Amino acid sequence: MTVVADTAEVAEPVRKAPGYWAGVFKRFLNDPVAVTCTIVVLLLILAAIFAPYLGLNDPYKASMIKRLKPIGFPGFPLGTDEQGRDMLARLIYGGRLTLFVGLVPVVLAFFIGSTLGLVAGYVGGWINTIIMRTVDVFFAFPSVLLAIAISSALGAGIINSLVSLTIVFIPPIARVAESATASVRALDYIDAARATGGSALTIIRVHVIGNVLGPIFVYATSLTSVCMILAAGLSFLGIGVRPPEPEWGLMLNTLRTAIYINPWIAALPGVMIFITSLCLNLLSDGLRSAMNVKD
Amino acid sequence: MSKTEASFGQTDRGGPHQPLIIAKDLKKHFPIRSGLLNRKTATVHAVDGISFEVQKGETLGIVGESGCGKSTTARLLIGLIELDDGSIIYDGDALGTDIKLKELRRGVQMVFQDSYASLNPRLTIVDSIAFGPKIHGHADPSGVARGLMGRVGLDPERFAERYPHELSGGQRQRVNIARALALSPRLVILDEAVSALDKSVEAQVLNLLNDLKEELGLTYVFISHDLNVVRYISDRVLVMYLGEVVEVGPADAIYAKQAHPYTASLFAAMPSMDPDNRTEEPPLAGDPPNPIDPPTGCRFHTRCRFAEDICSKTKPKLSVIGGSERHLAACHLQDTTSGHSQALKEVAE
Repeated sequence: MTVVADTAEVAEPVRKAPGYWAGVFKRFLNDPVAVTCTIVVLLLILAAIFAPYLGLNDPYKASMIKRLKPIGFPGFPLGTDEQGRDMLARLIYGGRLTLFVGLVPVVLAFFIGSTLGLVAGYVGGWINTIIMRTVDVFFAFPSVLLAIAISSALGAGIINSLVSLTIVFIPPIARVAESATASVRALDYIDAARATGGSALTIIRVHVIGNVLGPIFVYATSLTSVCMILAAGLSFLGIGVRPPEPEWGLMLNTLRTAIYINPWIAALPGVMIFITSLCLNLLSDGLRSAMNVKD
Repeated sequence: MSKTEASFGQTDRGGPHQPLIIAKDLKKHFPIRSGLLNRKTATVHAVDGISFEVQKGETLGIVGESGCGKSTTARLLIGLIELDDGSIIYDGDALGTDIKLKELRRGVQMVFQDSYASLNPRLTIVDSIAFGPKIHGHADPSGVARGLMGRVGLDPERFAERYPHELSGGQRQRVNIARALALSPRLVILDEAVSALDKSVEAQVLNLLNDLKEELGLTYVFISHDLNVVRYISDRVLVMYLGEVVEVGPADAIYAKQAHPYTASLFAAMPSMDPDNRTEEPPLAGDPPNPIDPPTGCRFHTRCRFAEDICSKTKPKLSVIGGSERHLAACHLQDTTSGHSQALKEVAE
């Protein structure tokens, strides 16, 4: 009898615990590096979105006399490119396309690849064989070659290069997702959950995703920099972004000839790619440690 | 009162004399695949035709060396791995025909050996325990979980919102027990549940298990390699060797006198608490034979000191011995008609 009374008494003051993600957010805020990187990435994204309202020069306006002016030239805080266009405006406008083609394929590939990997890793057996062997076929090609092949088959254009880059990044993400899922799948708490009578979908949702998302997410974030560079490569070959559209990779390629005349200007798009991918990587590291409850 | 609460949704159907679980001729063979086409090249006979029953309210201890199929048996009982052959009858209802796996799983739960690996590191304790009641549509899963935490000796106020890594091994195993009890099962399978704990914590958890059994009217299948622990908790003991049952009977009878030479050597290997009573010679030499290619006849004949021709030719049947109620062993020595030269002399003395 006392046992029942105890149960009722204890059940009364249910204090609502902060959820798992609230805890992740709190730990993330305590990491100065990750927060700084988040701010930088957010600033880049915001600047790219609101570029027309920042009072910048026209990024397309060329000038034959003001070509390759150094940083700090009056009217052009970051100098001009090989056609005399304002570098600051081009870099900020360039962020629009660069971030778009760098992030969208990875985000798409993250969802598709994770789903494939989760299903393959959790279900196993024949389904695993079919999914993973198909994925292996794509591994047979170098990623650059694959992106070029798909892009040129689909035809030039931003949408087609997004599609081709998504296809390129699905296999590696599916791979990581599959191995992470398979190792979690073998743990006793999954067996315990199955023994409770949970359906596969419920178990994946409650017990698997939270434990595999970390590594997949970190890996996917590291792919964004690769993706930006691949997209730049496609642009260079004329099957991605076309000049005169400002895009960091494309700018890097066209400014490459000016490297002996004005190396600082030539390096600027590279610096932008570097800062963006470094910040994304550090951000993902911070997120990974914030997602790890064992700290 | 607490008894009816425990059997919520789990009404007794067969009456007190119907065994809670009858396992009939369970078989599980794991194929070993290799080569380009993943062809089956060999088979591990993990569980090879074992039959037993678990009475309502008793604790059945299952003992045996590593790799003898104890854990596979546990996983078969709860349906975590599929049976190759044989049948499971839960309180008179055959699994697969009369009841579905999902219903069996409400009545049978399991506690695993590794207390850490059996808890999701990203769920708080209360969420881990509440998972079962939640998916079964209970109105207040976290209330159930907090109530159970109190019952297994963890203050819900202090521990509910903690994560598994913030708890000690003993505390985690209490959480696992609470989780197993969350669906108000009638049978709890304890697969080496206390083996990884310190001796003092082990004793506390064993006492907790005994208390819970009494309070909630539970039945246990207790799997362990620690014979002292098995003796403390079990009413009956089942001894396995290479996927087969070699001896089964009341704990007192088996601990007093072992009928099968394997059981005898297993018990001889048990460290004695008395320094004057230490074992001088190794009771059993060598490793168990490979379960991929188990010996013919009696599977123990390769290591048995009483082995004769008959042992490698004919498989001894599990049969009642020595007039003792429900004490069975599978050995030619126990069978007067087996043709073994030492039958019913050496062991019966």
